[in-house]
Formats: sequence, C-alpha cells, structure tokens
Amino acid sequence: MADTKKLAIIASQGTLDWGYPPFILASTAAAMDMEAVIFFTFYGLPLLKKEIDAKVSPHSNPAMPMKMPFGSKDFQSINWPIPNAISGNVPGFDDMATMMMKETFKKKGVATIEQLRGMCQEFGVRFIACQMTMEVFGFEKEEFIDGVEYGGAATFLEYAADADISLFI
Amino acid sequence: MSEIASNLELNCEGLNCPLPILKTKKAIDSLNTGEILKMTATDPGSVNDMASWAKRTGHELVSHTEVSNVHTFLIRKR
Repeated sequence: MADTKKLAIIASQGTLDWGYPPFILASTAAAMDMEAVIFFTFYGLPLLKKEIDAKVSPHSNPAMPMKMPFGSKDFQSINWPIPNAISGNVPGFDDMATMMMKETFKKKGVATIEQLRGMCQEFGVRFIACQMTMEVFGFEKEEFIDGVEYGGAATFLEYAADADISLFI
Repeated sequence: MSEIASNLELNCEGLNCPLPILKTKKAIDSLNTGEILKMTATDPGSVNDMASWAKRTGHELVSHTEVSNVHTFLIRKR
C-alpha cells in the first residue's frame, strides 16, 4: 500500500495485565500492514527478558474482578470480595492471582505474552530498549531476546514524529 | 446458498482477540492473489475485527455467515 500507517508505542509497565496491550496492538497493527515500534522503558523493560516473569497485583488494581478459573459457570461468575488487608498482606497472594489470571486467559483462548511477542517479531515489529533505564536498573543486553534495538528518547521521537498513532502504555 | 470453494481453511474456533486476526494474516500471506481463505471463529469480536482488518489491508471479505455461534469468513486475497 502506498501510504503505510505507523504505530508508535511506549511500554512503561511490566505487569502481566499491562504487558499485554503493547504486544496485542503492535502485532495486530503489523497484521493490518502497518509499521509498528515498541519502545520499552522503565518497568516495561522486563518484557524483553528471555523469560517473562510478569505478575499481576490485585492490591494495586482495586477494580480487578476476582473470579475463579474453575468450577461451575455460576461459581466462576462470582466476583469475590477480597479485603485489602488480605490482598496486601497475605504472602503469595499476587502469585495466586497471577496463576488464576493466566489460567483464565488460557481457557478463554487468549495468547500468552510470549506468544504475542513472538508474533510481533515474526511480523517485523521493531523493539527498542531504553538504554538509560537499562543502566539505571542494571539490565544487560544478554538478558534480553535477540533482535532488540537500543536507544533513547530521541530515537523514539524520531520515529514517532512520523507516526499516525502514538500510545503511552 | 452457493458454496465458494476455498483454497485454504483456517480454524480459529476457541481463540480470542487478537489471535484470529494474526492467524488470518499469516494464512493470507501464504496464498496467491485471487485465492480464497476460509476462516472460522467463535470470538464474537472477530465479526467487527475481520471487517476492519479487510478494510485496512485491502483483502476482500467475500462473505460472513454464522451458524450456532460459529462465524465463517471467506476472504479473497488482493
């Protein structure tokens, strides 16, 4: 197509829930014949690690539905009221919530983050890691997947200046 | 209803956004211009998504039918 649309995304969060949107949107954009770049900065950087260890924290997301991924349909539709004192203090609560979210996603036919990240790379989405944040948080290039570019604010803005869609996630 | 023969069939039943679109893109890339892809999906969101995808990519959404929550799309590669 003569006029290729461009998508520019800043991924600044690395939790399981916030890790999805950049990869969903970039892979879909590429599937729609658009160019796409994801700039990973701050807490988004771990999404580039070879093994993604993203978790979700219900304590910091009060609107998150707390539902069981198993049992009868009625049981699964119950939104369990979890007091802050439990979600914030019980050891392993985030691990449990993460496990349940992953299980629910799997049951609903949602791709894993790793799968979507792989599709992005297959479709030619460019990944740029923020060099400054790497220094600050002590990340090494060896920890990241292959095919990542490295740069800073100017690298992103140079691309984003010609982008049709720019998102900060 | 007249049946249009497809060159390739893709089953996306049980898959959720954005997998049907991503798999459709991969499948259509493997076809030659003018050939037909038949994709089936159970994701209700795929109805609007497939229309948007076709509009953006220029591939022709020849037909969309639904039988007991299974959506069938015929797409002609452009």
